[in-house]
Amino acid sequence: MRVLMFGWEFPPHIAGGLGTACYGMTRGLARNDVEVIFVMPKASGDEDERFVKVVNASDVEALYTGDVATGADDIMQKMSFIHIDSNMVPYLSPEEYETKRDEYLRTGQRTWEVPGDVWTQRYTFSGKYGANLMEEVARYAIVAAQVAKNLEGQFDVIHAHDWLTYFAGIAAKRVSGKPLVVHMHATEFDRSGENINTQTYAIERAGMHAADMVIAVSNLTRNIVINRYGVPAEKVVAVHNAVRFAEKEKPLPERGVDDKIVTFLGRITFQKGPDYFVEAAAKVLKRVPNVRFVMAGSGDMMNHVIRRVAALGIADRFHFTGFLRGDDVQKMFQLSDVYVMPSVSEPFGISPLEAMRSNVPVIISKQSGVAEVLDYAVKVDYWDVDAMADAIYGLITYPALAKMFSERGMAEVTGLKWNNAAAKIKAVYEQAIEKCNK
Amino acid sequence: MKTVCLYFQVHQPWRLKTYRFFNMGNDHNYLDDFTNRAIMQKVARQCYLPMNALLETLIKQHNGALRLSFSITGSAVEQFKAYAPEVLDSFKRLADTGCVEFLGETYSHSLSSLYSVDEFKQEVKLHQAMLKEEFGVKPTAFRNTELIYSDSIAQAVEAMGFKTMLAEGAKHVLGWKSPNFVYTDAVDNKLRLLLRNYKLSDDIAFRFSNEGWEEWPLTADKFAQWVAAETGDVVNLFMDYETFGEHQKASTGIFDFMKALPEALLATGEVSFATVSEAAKRLQPVAVLHCPHAMSWADEERDVTAWLGNDLQNEAFGKLYALAPKVKRAKNRDFDYVWHFMQNSDHFYYMATKWFSDGDVHSYFNPYGSAYEAFINYMNVLADFEIELNKL
Repeated sequence: MRVLMFGWEFPPHIAGGLGTACYGMTRGLARNDVEVIFVMPKASGDEDERFVKVVNASDVEALYTGDVATGADDIMQKMSFIHIDSNMVPYLSPEEYETKRDEYLRTGQRTWEVPGDVWTQRYTFSGKYGANLMEEVARYAIVAAQVAKNLEGQFDVIHAHDWLTYFAGIAAKRVSGKPLVVHMHATEFDRSGENINTQTYAIERAGMHAADMVIAVSNLTRNIVINRYGVPAEKVVAVHNAVRFAEKEKPLPERGVDDKIVTFLGRITFQKGPDYFVEAAAKVLKRVPNVRFVMAGSGDMMNHVIRRVAALGIADRFHFTGFLRGDDVQKMFQLSDVYVMPSVSEPFGISPLEAMRSNVPVIISKQSGVAEVLDYAVKVDYWDVDAMADAIYGLITYPALAKMFSERGMAEVTGLKWNNAAAKIKAVYEQAIEKCNK
Repeated sequence: MKTVCLYFQVHQPWRLKTYRFFNMGNDHNYLDDFTNRAIMQKVARQCYLPMNALLETLIKQHNGALRLSFSITGSAVEQFKAYAPEVLDSFKRLADTGCVEFLGETYSHSLSSLYSVDEFKQEVKLHQAMLKEEFGVKPTAFRNTELIYSDSIAQAVEAMGFKTMLAEGAKHVLGWKSPNFVYTDAVDNKLRLLLRNYKLSDDIAFRFSNEGWEEWPLTADKFAQWVAAETGDVVNLFMDYETFGEHQKASTGIFDFMKALPEALLATGEVSFATVSEAAKRLQPVAVLHCPHAMSWADEERDVTAWLGNDLQNEAFGKLYALAPKVKRAKNRDFDYVWHFMQNSDHFYYMATKWFSDGDVHSYFNPYGSAYEAFINYMNVLADFEIELNKL
């Protein structure tokens, strides 16, 4: 089976979980004998690559060197990459797109170098693309149709990730007549709460209604898709993400402090619930002196959180690291005694799995997709700071409890394989093809 | 006959390096040696050395008619010794002329006067010991960090044996009264107060190079006329020493202005120079100055909100001084050293959020991008310091 996949990003150049997920997924698909043509946007310099640039497999290997590509030669043979020139980047709202583009036009600066800002580190903006994000999404769809036409007969099914590529997926379906599967990694309700961007919502809805099948990353997301987007339930399948780990474990970093370390790691935004973590920290610190809290990451709520920490008078035991890169992320996990993910709304949430892989007991919010697949994690409502404080206290005070969670958790997380997830995705493809042929 | 008091403040903070959570417990070098050295050597080249040389020449020329006052913080002297010893030598030569008075203050340019009398006294004592060792003088006049002054601080200063103290001629405290007279403190009226004439001081310190200012260019003759036209007994020109060559670059003509100023002032026939203590002794106090709430020479508000004006600053201040008893008990020179530079008021200044928007601090030598970064970094260093302190 061959699939034309409209993705976002691919390691090592990633801004968030979607790139990691796509990598694991395509790997798993390759193991399940599915060939993938991966199409992604990438803004280049001034050279005119306005339409398509097909990157063949040998270029790809040169492009993606480093630890992700090693040992993956067999998969790389089953994959080809296509880059489409575009300004689109994941995790960018229409409002932000406009700001960034204006900034580019004003300053002529191609790459933003705002330290600590996730999406600005490796993306390039160019003036020749759409004036706003919606225009760019439409332009991307036109190019995608061209790609589908060029590749006629080389794929059996189309797979589109997240709303920015849905128009592209629909266009490719119209041109080729092949079935479309759309993949919901996050809904507009996860990103914006109740104040949704109606245009984004409309595109998500159109994509799912036009698709033959919809994949949601969790039952939580599946329910949102069914209840809030009016997608027929029989069309929506939940396939939980898995996690892939580097083969070799890094040596444990030297531990500077004797105190227990409780960590929050992620973007410091409303969606991730950082303020609940702060309130829980204040409650724990009232009882136990020998514990430190670390908030790793950056985001638009960071200054607010710092002010709150200062106002609560716990700044000597609550530390901020800023945005962590590369090895520092794993180092942070390895230094932690408890990992907390208090997300207000998390379609899946891969970071607790990475923590568990480092033998760290985790506390996750019930409002996260990952809560559906984990047994050995403490689950609390994100707003229940008392319960969260209680769980933190328990895990740092009772060694037996922490030991149980870390040992069982490790076994549990090791069992979450992309191969299995990919097999489910393959089954969805088959269903879509069958439906389309009817 | 009017008296002119020239007083210059010399201070450099110890700047902290970027100190991350990962450094905690493993790394106890907190200072950014490169930046500290680079800034000290730059300021020495552009300001301290040329200005000291100019003053030395002028003092000799005027045969004792030119008299002025300095205060130099312990942090600045430590950095002279480390990075620019020739600056310290040139200050010593100024001290030897006998026309320069050195004032007492806190060793670390700290906010200890806002914390406790004990901590404040200790800081002042340490500074006195430094003055004795380096310049062989015992100060009789006092100026607190950034001219922070209140009735209770005055009481503590007087109790330490000082006769004179400097303060800001702040409008909200003075009301209709003029800063051009000597005042006394409100508690027992023993401490004589000299108040900064902020209009004339800032004409030099801030407006000198401002081409949009209607009085630009400012000449020594014009300025001398203004001083002569002031009513009152004394005109107090207090400013940062870094004004000369640093805030106002040499290219603005600031050195030429200062070279001509003593002559121009004396030529009016209505002005003589005095050091701070001489002026306080010579002149009769005219009134009592009530100041129940702390004032300073900083910002439009002339209060202490530049250092203790938001939650970040209050938290850092509270957590720092909570360690005071432990540091005292430790009696360890290495810890005392860190303890002093952690008290530099500048660290708190970097955490201010009151200008324009959050963290938009436009200040000389500010090493941080925002108040929040400054806070995070400071608290990380403080946390490691506490961990080490607890190990003793």
